[in-house]
Amino acid sequence: MLELLRQPWPWYTSGAAIAFIMILLLYFGKYFGVSSNLRTICTIAGAGKKVSFFDFDWKTQKWNLLFLFGAILGGVISSTLLKNNQPLQLSGATITDLKAIGISFDGNLNPSQLFGPDAIFSIKGILILLFGGLLVGFGARYAGGCTSGHAISGLTNMQLPSLIAVAGFFIGGLAATYLILPYLF
Amino acid sequence: MKSIKFILAGILFGIIMSKSEAISWYRIQEMFRFQSFHMYGLMGTAVVLGSLAVFLIKKFKINDYTGKPITFQDKDKSFPRYIIGGTIFGLGWALTGACPGPMFVNIGHGYFGMFIVIFGALVGTYIYGLIKNKLPH
Repeated sequence: MLELLRQPWPWYTSGAAIAFIMILLLYFGKYFGVSSNLRTICTIAGAGKKVSFFDFDWKTQKWNLLFLFGAILGGVISSTLLKNNQPLQLSGATITDLKAIGISFDGNLNPSQLFGPDAIFSIKGILILLFGGLLVGFGARYAGGCTSGHAISGLTNMQLPSLIAVAGFFIGGLAATYLILPYLF
Repeated sequence: MKSIKFILAGILFGIIMSKSEAISWYRIQEMFRFQSFHMYGLMGTAVVLGSLAVFLIKKFKINDYTGKPITFQDKDKSFPRYIIGGTIFGLGWALTGACPGPMFVNIGHGYFGMFIVIFGALVGTYIYGLIKNKLPH
């Protein structure tokens, strides 16, 4: 059983499991939306004193912070107890394309050129990660949700705004993939 | 128990995101280059099954575990905020390979560079709060 869980999960199992998470949170009287936590953390850090957007009772979001904490633990469990020693099965076309723009595939989840020690202690590496993160945080709040809040919670509730947001996710993602990444490495 | 169930749900979420490899920068690149069905199948399955669940919850007026009716909030009708905000989000998603959930799951895997991404995301969230009234919504 453990051996089966250690293998990479196929898309249908994973997709069904994500739907289960969404339904579970609804059953708990909550909803599936991760990026709200970023606003909550800003509030806890004291942002509400200066900016009204952050002036709310963060304790109403305590459940979501606990969920986020659990997500980190899920990562710990997956990288230890459920660790799979096989390299990531990335599409050959992607490996070739990335190589052409100077990014090598090392079989791990994330490239060492972005997340390895050399990268995260270099000015260039820090700037890419910091700026990328800034865009994610700003964009998620501006759009009123991220992949979980729009692509899952919103689309399953037939929300047209969420479809527009997901279209935006792809416009931005394609632009970064073809117009920005090729010039970074 | 009140708190633990959310931590347990989070743990399950972290494991799903890890084992589906949706937290992988490489998988996100593969998706944006349309070179694998994996991420589309994953999101598609979640949306189809989730939609069915939402439909049934509404149709049979299913309650949550405390007995209160499960309610759904409609998103505000607008175009600019979703398309502009979504595009900005997408730029960051492809650069870092991580949306807000996976940023934290990756920390659990020991990718401590994600702390820089999370710090950036918090700064981005703060900037939004700061200038929100000047932006088209």
